[in-house]
Amino acid sequence: MDKTTQVVDLEKVVIKFAGDSGDGMQLTGTQFTDTSALLGNDLATFPDYPAEIRAPQGTVAGVSGFQIHIGRIDINTPGDIADVLVAMNPAALKANKNWIKKGGTIIVNIDTFTKRDLEKAGYETSPLEDNSFEGYNIIQAPITKLTREALKDSGLDGKSIGRSKNMFALGIVYWMFNRPMKQTEKFLEKKFAKKPEVVAANIKVMHAGYNFADTIEALPSSYTVLSANLAPGTYRNVMGNQAIAWGFLAAAERSNKELFLGSYPITPASDILHELAKHKNLGVKTFQAEDEIAGICSAIGASFTGSLAITTTSGPGLALKGEGLGLAIMAELPLVVVNVQRGGPSTGLPTKTEQSDLMQALYGRNGESPSVVLASSTPGNCFDWAYMASKITLEHNTPVVLLSDGYLGNGAEPWKIKSTKDMPEINPSIAVEGEEYQPYARDEKTLARKIALPGTKGLEHRLGGLEKEDVTGNVSYDPDNHEKMVGIRAEKIKRIADVIPDQQVFGKEEGDLLVIGWGGTHGSLYSAVDNLLADGEEIALCQFNYINPLPNNIETLLSKYKKIVVCELNSGQFANYLRMNFQGTIFNQYNKIQGFPFTSSELESHFKTLLAK
Amino acid sequence: MEHLTNKDFTSDQEVKWCPGCGDYAILRAMQKALPNLERKKEDFVFISGIGCSSRFPYYMNTYGFHTIHGRAPAFATGVKLANPNLSVWQITGDGDALAIGGNHFIHALRRNIDINILLFNNEIYGLTKGQFSPTSKKGIKTKSNPHGTTDEPFSPSDLAIGAQGSFFARVVDTNPKLMQQIFVEAESHRGTSLIEILQNCVIFNDKTFAPITAKEVKKDAQIVLEQGKPMLFGAEMNKGIVLNGFKLEVVTVGENGITEKDILVHDAKEQDPTLHAMLARMRPPEFPAALGIIRAVDRPTFDEGLLAQLEYEKENAKFNTVDELLQSGDTWEI
Repeated sequence: MDKTTQVVDLEKVVIKFAGDSGDGMQLTGTQFTDTSALLGNDLATFPDYPAEIRAPQGTVAGVSGFQIHIGRIDINTPGDIADVLVAMNPAALKANKNWIKKGGTIIVNIDTFTKRDLEKAGYETSPLEDNSFEGYNIIQAPITKLTREALKDSGLDGKSIGRSKNMFALGIVYWMFNRPMKQTEKFLEKKFAKKPEVVAANIKVMHAGYNFADTIEALPSSYTVLSANLAPGTYRNVMGNQAIAWGFLAAAERSNKELFLGSYPITPASDILHELAKHKNLGVKTFQAEDEIAGICSAIGASFTGSLAITTTSGPGLALKGEGLGLAIMAELPLVVVNVQRGGPSTGLPTKTEQSDLMQALYGRNGESPSVVLASSTPGNCFDWAYMASKITLEHNTPVVLLSDGYLGNGAEPWKIKSTKDMPEINPSIAVEGEEYQPYARDEKTLARKIALPGTKGLEHRLGGLEKEDVTGNVSYDPDNHEKMVGIRAEKIKRIADVIPDQQVFGKEEGDLLVIGWGGTHGSLYSAVDNLLADGEEIALCQFNYINPLPNNIETLLSKYKKIVVCELNSGQFANYLRMNFQGTIFNQYNKIQGFPFTSSELESHFKTLLAK
Repeated sequence: MEHLTNKDFTSDQEVKWCPGCGDYAILRAMQKALPNLERKKEDFVFISGIGCSSRFPYYMNTYGFHTIHGRAPAFATGVKLANPNLSVWQITGDGDALAIGGNHFIHALRRNIDINILLFNNEIYGLTKGQFSPTSKKGIKTKSNPHGTTDEPFSPSDLAIGAQGSFFARVVDTNPKLMQQIFVEAESHRGTSLIEILQNCVIFNDKTFAPITAKEVKKDAQIVLEQGKPMLFGAEMNKGIVLNGFKLEVVTVGENGITEKDILVHDAKEQDPTLHAMLARMRPPEFPAALGIIRAVDRPTFDEGLLAQLEYEKENAKFNTVDELLQSGDTWEI
């Protein structure tokens, strides 16, 4: 298609699609993401959807959004605020009014700005007719009407026609950013392979949107975001939950283990179960259990029998799994528990992100029951941390809790495809037939015991949750033995610090301010620190992935900065953990508990204040 | 295969149940039954939850795992799925299986995963010292309800049948021969085999099953059901069970024109569970308690289903390495 308008190059742009939860905004956003990725943009995405499957139509509570940040340059966050907002109804406009850049472009479906829909959104008068959006570039597109018009001869019923209007919006945005529609056409052909009339209708509507944008004069120019300068290689898009699933598959293959997942559906972790359930061809056994407890317990049973066993959940599920996790710690069996964190406490904010399960992961069990705790920090590195969690658990025969969060789990980014042979070796610690076996004899260096698998001749033994006698593993109520075993279980975790790499920083090796983060806040912290480094500030970012044990060089590292600020999406759990471990060091805090990630700009301005003092 | 004896299955751990506990007889029966299965010792796994009965695995010289309260079916499921070649036995009690573990219990039966569940039913909590359990008779006075319970008890057989259990047998701890025989048959059944063992707790609920097991009454108070055989019992073997309308009834052969031909013939393999449920509910004094295999029907198992899917997917998939998966779908070069 010929472009009739001037094309402007952009470094980066943030686009948000917002509409009713039934408007197909997640699909629209995903399509725009995939097309942009194939054009070589760097990107990051952030889906933001309500907990209710279908909240009342037209209300602010029912607004579903998908934000995408694409760029020619390094993109680390889905962007603080949008340059372009697509609002499919008044509620979508209202829900996002503070998240659109002053003077940005807003595409509204003007057909929904009726008295009734305005009222549902809580507007007395149309915000487009007062001064609410003065200075913005508002494009009033009759999306509903034009979609109906385009499909009037399609033979589709009114409901199906109504469902295609997201494609009109996508067409407009494709035109704005000079993107080809081929990718989405291919996607539609595959998705609706059995319904050619639906494929044709959606494609027709998308083209109608594209042509509408090309025709109207309200759009002064279209924009291009060129390919990013990423390291050479083969890339694909991955979402965090998908990458976690793949990391486990890779670890199972490298360790010659069968992968077993025992899990119970829970937002936002279910996609890991969905992803693994697809890959029975790779030998993975997935078991959708009757509850969270059966999820972890079946995994422990599989681990006892020799699988690489995992269970996946979110905060409330981790609470239910506490007793099972304690047993795995006592029985010293390999197990990875993935917690894709969400807003808490209780049911909390199921579809929003938070980092408030750190203490639960570290201490949320009866007795003194230390667990390894790791945290992934980008959608792509969820692959690596699932792999590392598997390696540690299989080599040290102790459970690992891997913390991700809703933001990472549902977020996508281009990922340079790894090869399993580039991943480190995994050497599970297993006793073999013929060897002298004492269930609780230990490796001198790591203190890991060896496990013996049912079916191995001559190594029959009993495990359990009652305190174990040192070396033999028999039940023991001896007071001195108990104290010794509590000490051994703690020391075993501590010694893992000797086999993990030193903590690295991004930025200055020493200086005025050390920004500390952990897990999923990496993108926004990195962007903020990167900007301040460009301004010449003596600043660095220290993003933790190893939470327990901490790497061995932290004390030295902390001493090299005049000020330290710990930023996290909770009230200060990691800051308190560091205070406990490094008494005497002053840790400032920057916290946010709104169910949303940090924005780089709020971080940057806070760091500037700290640097100025 | 080397021939094993009961000694091979006896661990070196001191057995710590109360003297006179019914659990001793069950343990001995198991140790004697296993050699008859002609399987390797290392292929047996005993999984238990929490309670007196759940100490059982420590006394068996096999692979064993004493897990957490109520969750043993989930552990056993993981074990079986991870290695379907193993013979998996779950040891549980009425509190462990039917109170805290009720959920896992019914779901194991529903899935029909190929494990054997030994339910030691003593109608009381032993390890926590004498509180009523979900199978305690209504009105029983215990420490946790000194004025008598107002709880309606569960019937394990009805729960099992309601959950589509494919195998239900009942034995008493006073009949070691029958226990051995049923343990062997349970293992050869494909699917979840539930064996309810009426087990006496000498300390907290002594003689609760005496109306069934006491020497002086047992011949009239028990009927051992056998496949294809008429349901006869009693000291003279002249009492029988008939179906009268919608109800079971005890009759005497030779009285009122009743002949052996009128007596119900046991069919544990009948898919319709109605009669199985009625038989399992029989209790003295009106009826004898039914022992033996009450229900054993053929039904697909969860583990076989999963394995079949795995095999199919492995053979029919476009790829079978992780690297191929990572490279699949839309990719681009930079």
